[in-house]
Amino acid sequence: MLERIEEIRVEAAVAIEAAPGTAELEELRVRYLGRKAELTAILRGIAELPAEERGRVGSGANQARKQLEALLESRAGVLDASELESKLAADRVDVTLPGAPARPVGHIHLITRTTRQIEDTMVGLGYRAMEGPEVEHDYYNFTALNHPPGHPARMLQDTFYAQSDPEVLLRTHTSPVQIRSMESQPPPIFMIAPGKVYRRDSDATHSPMFHQVEGLAIGEGITLADLQGTLDEMLRAIFGAGREARMRPHFFPFTEPSVEFDVSCFQCEGSGQLGDGGRCNLCKGIGWIEVGGAGMVDPNVLGFVERNGYDPERVQGFAFGMGVERIAMLRHGVPDLRRFFDNDVRVLEQFS
Amino acid sequence: MKVPYSWLREHCDPGIDPGELAERLAMTGTEVERVSAIGPPSAEGFVVGRVLSAEPHPNADRLRVCAVDAGEGERTIVCGAPNVAAGQTVAVALPGATLPGGHKIGKAKLRGVESAGMICAAAELELGEGPPGILVLEDDGLLPGTPLAEVLPIAEPVLELEVTPNRVDCFGVYGVAREVHAISAAPLGPEPWGEDAPAEGEGDVGDCASVTVEVPDLCPRFTARVFTDVTIAPSPAWLQARLAAAGQRPINNVVDITNYAMLLTAQPLHAFDLDKVPDGALTVRAASDGERMTTLDGVERTLDPKTVLVCDRNGPSGIAGIMGGQVSEVSEGTARVLLEVASWNGSNILRTSRMLSLRSEASSRFEKQLHPELCMRAQRIASRLIVELCGAKLVPGTIDVGAEIPEPRKLVLRGERVPGLLGMPIEQADQVAYLERLGFGVEASGDDLDVTVPPDRHYDVTREVDLIEEVGRVHGLGEHLPSTLPAVAGRVGGLSREQRLRRRAEDAMRDLGFDEVVGWSFTDPGEPGRLRIPADDPRADGVVLSNPLSEDQSVMRTTVLGSLLDIAQRNLARGADHVALFESGRVYLPVAASLPKPAPNTGNSGLDVLFGEFPGERSGPCREPHRIGSLAVGPLVAKSWRGSGEPADFFALKGTLEGLAGQLGVELSVEPAEEPFLHPGRSAGIGVGGELAGWIGELNPLVCRAWDLEAGVAFEVDLGILLDASPAGEEAFEDVTTFPAVYQDLAVVVPTEVAAARLRESVLGSGGELLRSAEVFDLYEGEQLGEGEKSLALRLEFRAADRTLTDDEVVALRASIEAELVKIGGSLRG
Repeated sequence: MLERIEEIRVEAAVAIEAAPGTAELEELRVRYLGRKAELTAILRGIAELPAEERGRVGSGANQARKQLEALLESRAGVLDASELESKLAADRVDVTLPGAPARPVGHIHLITRTTRQIEDTMVGLGYRAMEGPEVEHDYYNFTALNHPPGHPARMLQDTFYAQSDPEVLLRTHTSPVQIRSMESQPPPIFMIAPGKVYRRDSDATHSPMFHQVEGLAIGEGITLADLQGTLDEMLRAIFGAGREARMRPHFFPFTEPSVEFDVSCFQCEGSGQLGDGGRCNLCKGIGWIEVGGAGMVDPNVLGFVERNGYDPERVQGFAFGMGVERIAMLRHGVPDLRRFFDNDVRVLEQFS
Repeated sequence: MKVPYSWLREHCDPGIDPGELAERLAMTGTEVERVSAIGPPSAEGFVVGRVLSAEPHPNADRLRVCAVDAGEGERTIVCGAPNVAAGQTVAVALPGATLPGGHKIGKAKLRGVESAGMICAAAELELGEGPPGILVLEDDGLLPGTPLAEVLPIAEPVLELEVTPNRVDCFGVYGVAREVHAISAAPLGPEPWGEDAPAEGEGDVGDCASVTVEVPDLCPRFTARVFTDVTIAPSPAWLQARLAAAGQRPINNVVDITNYAMLLTAQPLHAFDLDKVPDGALTVRAASDGERMTTLDGVERTLDPKTVLVCDRNGPSGIAGIMGGQVSEVSEGTARVLLEVASWNGSNILRTSRMLSLRSEASSRFEKQLHPELCMRAQRIASRLIVELCGAKLVPGTIDVGAEIPEPRKLVLRGERVPGLLGMPIEQADQVAYLERLGFGVEASGDDLDVTVPPDRHYDVTREVDLIEEVGRVHGLGEHLPSTLPAVAGRVGGLSREQRLRRRAEDAMRDLGFDEVVGWSFTDPGEPGRLRIPADDPRADGVVLSNPLSEDQSVMRTTVLGSLLDIAQRNLARGADHVALFESGRVYLPVAASLPKPAPNTGNSGLDVLFGEFPGERSGPCREPHRIGSLAVGPLVAKSWRGSGEPADFFALKGTLEGLAGQLGVELSVEPAEEPFLHPGRSAGIGVGGELAGWIGELNPLVCRAWDLEAGVAFEVDLGILLDASPAGEEAFEDVTTFPAVYQDLAVVVPTEVAAARLRESVLGSGGELLRSAEVFDLYEGEQLGEGEKSLALRLEFRAADRTLTDDEVVALRASIEAELVKIGGSLRG
């Protein structure tokens, strides 16, 4: 019996080594180790053998079986690898075909992007962003900002009015949010107000709808020099390190003193001249570019919110405002304000 | 305000060139729009000449051959002007001179006669229009060959100032001179109104004129003088040149003098032909409602009761402070002149001029409120010139009605407030010097200053802070102001949660493949109609503007969809074959409108702004909820060799909407609902936490047609409602790893009309707490099913937080789900 087991083992081992593929290997497994295989039958018949043979035959058959199983497994590993190799070799694609189009990623509008940049800068300087209505009461847009009825400064901005109510208008600046914010919060207050504003004007540098960011800082002992420093920081964040703010005295009804502020030209580094000696086209040779208006909040304005804690003898501070489109135009060379509201996707997709 | 440089220098010469002065002015508060040049580019080659003889040209009827002494002996000049005559003193352009516009004078033969120069007309030198023909100078003993620039302002630089509305003093040349004096410390000439004209006329002004003011609150002062023996003629060349350089058209001597005095003092004047005023009696009164009159410009105007008129016995002769009438206009035959110089209520002038849409040099000054003191300044200057230039006699006396001149304003400037507000110190001596140069009276009182405000600045400088501004700007911000940051402790900046989540929503839309647009807030009244929105829908009732720029922009939008459609249409017209757009912005709803619900459904007050609830004691006049709107036309993914680029349909955009909601952690319910602008079978309402947050759907073909689109799919959702339901930032941890989930698929046959959402709801409702999710992953409709039936496959996830589920538990749950399915007509597919 033991000889027979050895014969089977040798025969099977030779056959397994020679098996050409996984299918043939499976046939060998069934033939030598399957339910009807001779070795299986021997193992099954051990109980019927004389007691003195059982031990030897049983352990011989088991050994043979384990050995064959190990051989089958190792041969299977070899065959799998080579079969996969040839299968992969046959499974070629034309890698030069174009890639499948991804679902494209869209774009954030340049106005939103610029607004966010200003917001982030001012948040870093300790400001919170506040919002107010665009359809506004005359009181917030003019009266409480020290433009009493009949004030000539009301002529500065041509205002859209609602047909239903002459006291209702489209806000001409984001400044009404100053008053609303001070009504809702005692000093100190450090806030910015981004948003849409409206004026009756339309050409390459004026749009009946545009965007502003307003800033307001009120507390004890806040000075015009603090405005200078704040503008310096803000303009550097927007236009790059090394920039400076310049304030020129001006007039606004809601600030006193009032200034307009410029940034040193980022194209010619404030020299007014380009490398080739020609005049800088961005600042027109002046070295400075106008950005917005600012000033110390007029005591009359604080008077309108005195009951909310803004005593003009105790607290003071500054406000500033600027056009978002103007900044975006300067930063990105957009020639015409109306391009922003054209929303031409070929333009939108330039700013990612 | 145009300021000819020579005129300015007559009163204050800063000793620097106009460009440099412009920069100094800009840095101290007076913007200079430009420095323009009037006349020839250079005064070189222009001289005074004398015509010695003027003979007819041998070969041309209209030309004269003149012998002219232009300083270097006699020369021959051929001249075409009919008025040239021997003995005239004229302006000559010698060969080499360049005319305005660049034409260079050379020696030339004109019809065979050599001409060595040109005799100039006023217009050729941009010295005003002048009379026809050559400019004839007055012979004040001028020597031939004298440079013309010594006689006339040729090659004149003109500063065009952008005067801020508070600085009414700078609407006069002398006021500008005072400002230049203040910022440069160059000496200021004497006040030009210091000397009055001799009153050599007969009688008294009261004998020939009278003034009654019925509305003293609107006319604080009315002064009048009378001149006799007036000869109306063109003004002398210097006056014409000055007016022309300042942008005024010369008319005749009297009118030119009134304009000149106004340009010098900022105080407008008006001259009447006294013989056309019956009995010389003038009345200042309010107009009656609907009263009409024709102004100097020939336009008939309809007035209202707040309009103030200057009238004679026959009716209105001028709109006070704005424009005179034609009835008593000074003209060629005028012999007696009544000169009116008055003060008017500034805000009423502003109001009237806006009401009439009529602005003039006078109204633009009066509307800023002139001090009554200024009247006599202008009277004196004009009187002297009328006497001097028009051969007139001033009748003694001045009519002066309602002359209650306000007391000079006195202010205290506390020493510590200057650095306290500006953040920079200014020596007291400097403060005094600056204020005095600006015309203020100053007396030191310890650290403080007692300041008296001059009349020109009476309405502008009213408080201590106004003085601080004056001192600060003259001192110079650029050179002296430090750069510091507010030293206020305990402030923390940041965006609110809603602002951060709004950015996240916008970024999500971008990442889902959509381009952000910024549409117009206004639209045209026809848009609701094109969107098929019925007239009784609140969205057809937007805020209407009373003064739009155009009909196209006359109503505030009530949907974002309209502007998205406009933008899509424009892009497709430009050749785009698809667009995927979104906008994050507001709509403007009348307060009464009930769509959508205004109040946030949680107590989270931080979300109010997106619902249109803003800070401040009064809410806005209308509601401005913040929306995200989106529109896709054409494929979201481009066509390629692997796929056909199917145009976006309902489910493509619903996927985007779900992606947006998923970014915010919000679960949406999308239920069939109709909107007038959507395909009735492919539209839905978007529900969030039981609230209607918006709509989604394919566009109605009629709407597409109105915007030239083939098809499109859109949604619009109230961002406030969406973010209100967002747990972002507040999410709680849930254990998903300790005990495994059991997944099972369920194929259910239901009648076709049963919505997938209904089936899912039924399954989730009957699966108990252990059923964590049920997602539809397949739809089958076909022959193997009965008529009117469909099969939906759902993947169920069962999981318990505290144990591994047993088969028995899941079997029981399935049984209860199956039992529930029967109620909606469903059965398990065999």
